[in-house]
Amino acid sequence: MKGYNFAYLDEQTKRMIRRGLLKAVAIPGHQVPFGSREMPLPYGWGTGGIQVTASILGASDVLKVIDQGADDTTNAVSIRRFFARTAGVATTTATAEATVIQTRHRIPEKQLREDQIIVYQVPQPEPLFRLEPSRIETKRMHGLADYGLMHVKLYEDIARFGQISISYDYPVMVNERYLMSPSPIPAFDNPKMDMMPALQLFGAGREKRIYAIPPWTRVRSLDFDDHPFRPINAAHPCGLCGATDAYLDEIVTDNHGGRLFVCSDTDHCAERRAAGHAGLQEAAE
Amino acid sequence: MNDPTLLSGRGLGLRFGGITALAEVDVDLWPGEILAIVGESGSGKTTLLNVLSGRIVPDSGVVWYRDPAGQLHDVHVMPAPALRTLHRSDWGFVHQDPRQNLRMSVSAGGNVGERLMAQGARHYGDIRSAALDWLAQVEIDADRIDDLPRTFSGGMLQRLQIARTLVTHPRLVFMDEPTGGLDVSVQARLLDLIRSLVTRLGIAVVLVTHDIAVARLLAHRIAVMQRGRIVETGLTDQVLDDPRHPYTQLLVSSVLSA
Repeated sequence: MKGYNFAYLDEQTKRMIRRGLLKAVAIPGHQVPFGSREMPLPYGWGTGGIQVTASILGASDVLKVIDQGADDTTNAVSIRRFFARTAGVATTTATAEATVIQTRHRIPEKQLREDQIIVYQVPQPEPLFRLEPSRIETKRMHGLADYGLMHVKLYEDIARFGQISISYDYPVMVNERYLMSPSPIPAFDNPKMDMMPALQLFGAGREKRIYAIPPWTRVRSLDFDDHPFRPINAAHPCGLCGATDAYLDEIVTDNHGGRLFVCSDTDHCAERRAAGHAGLQEAAE
Repeated sequence: MNDPTLLSGRGLGLRFGGITALAEVDVDLWPGEILAIVGESGSGKTTLLNVLSGRIVPDSGVVWYRDPAGQLHDVHVMPAPALRTLHRSDWGFVHQDPRQNLRMSVSAGGNVGERLMAQGARHYGDIRSAALDWLAQVEIDADRIDDLPRTFSGGMLQRLQIARTLVTHPRLVFMDEPTGGLDVSVQARLLDLIRSLVTRLGIAVVLVTHDIAVARLLAHRIAVMQRGRIVETGLTDQVLDDPRHPYTQLLVSSVLSA
């Protein structure tokens, strides 16, 4: 596109972000500050993810962007078109074809490969944010691996609700060293981060932090010995493709209490339907 | 008195600008002993407490702490992670205002359990039963375990702070005016509680107070401070019944005897 550098950001900015990324990969789960730029979309829409994607994108890359698992929501469509215009890269909705996947709130159901990179959009990179208001203190706690406070939060949940009630952004321990926010993905997706073959990058634009999980790194969801971590999902099969192992969205279909549970990963669902799988809803029609 | 000391300060000095906060202070504390530091406001009691516990670095002098293995550590040279570990396992700190120590948005049980979890306790049932046990020891009803501290009275908050501090069985507890700001009847109960817990668990205590009566009730030994110096030290009864230094005489004679 005329008037813009490849992938929108200037080369110096990309270099700065790549330096941050290298450091982040070298210290898995550690938050690296970076000079977040003003992007042509508002904070909270993925400015961190988009900057990370811009700095790792090459001309031969194939980009997939998902928002809540879907390829066809506003955020996903806009960011995909943004890079198609400013970088001229090929885009796709198929998980298997993509080399770079930028995501908000989900990890694709299909197992990622070593030649893929997943970029997460992060609103709040600090897992201790709601527990300890001082950034200086949380930095010290990370430095000393002093994470008792996070367990106090889990304790409070069990004392109050009988179980750990965090359903998304469930805190994880990376490589048994750094406590990390996995971004607001459902707790259901947490196990996918553990020993993932793909490189995982996290960008928080407003908070100006980058962090990363290198491939094949241990990622453990925090829990108690007698209250182990349990990924939560709706107890239904997908209404469209009949999948029982995928994360489901609940959709209200009418004003009479009718509802439909469908895969939140639209690509996964479409692929299964193309392969001949059908859910109850599909069969009824 | 031939046992090795638990904590000793030597030649401690500290100035805040032109003000001498501490000058040539020597302190020794033996295991299981309660040492009261008394003196008027501004005499350097709390500063001494902060220096002894490693929270303020003195201009001169050294503070030695002997760990359970008998190893001596210079508190102010120790690496920060080690000092932090010490503060949440072997040591405890009881503030005058319990709100400084407690997490007001976390339930009583969570407050008591935090030190255990910081030490790596990862079994909810065990943490919960330890919390219940400690609430009982400080005379807080078991059914208040899930209540927030802001629903507690001042005396209960102070007892909760003590439970939170003692749950890890520290060997040494620093107390800064633990009964300050409480009314007299609550004070008496709290003093009783502190005395019985400390005696039973054999905890060494450095107690800062301006209240001679509190020192007389709790302390084995007493150190009297005036303008950053320790002017008299000795067994509590000895110092209070037969004060030598004019300042101590003044302090003792100014107490209203009930």
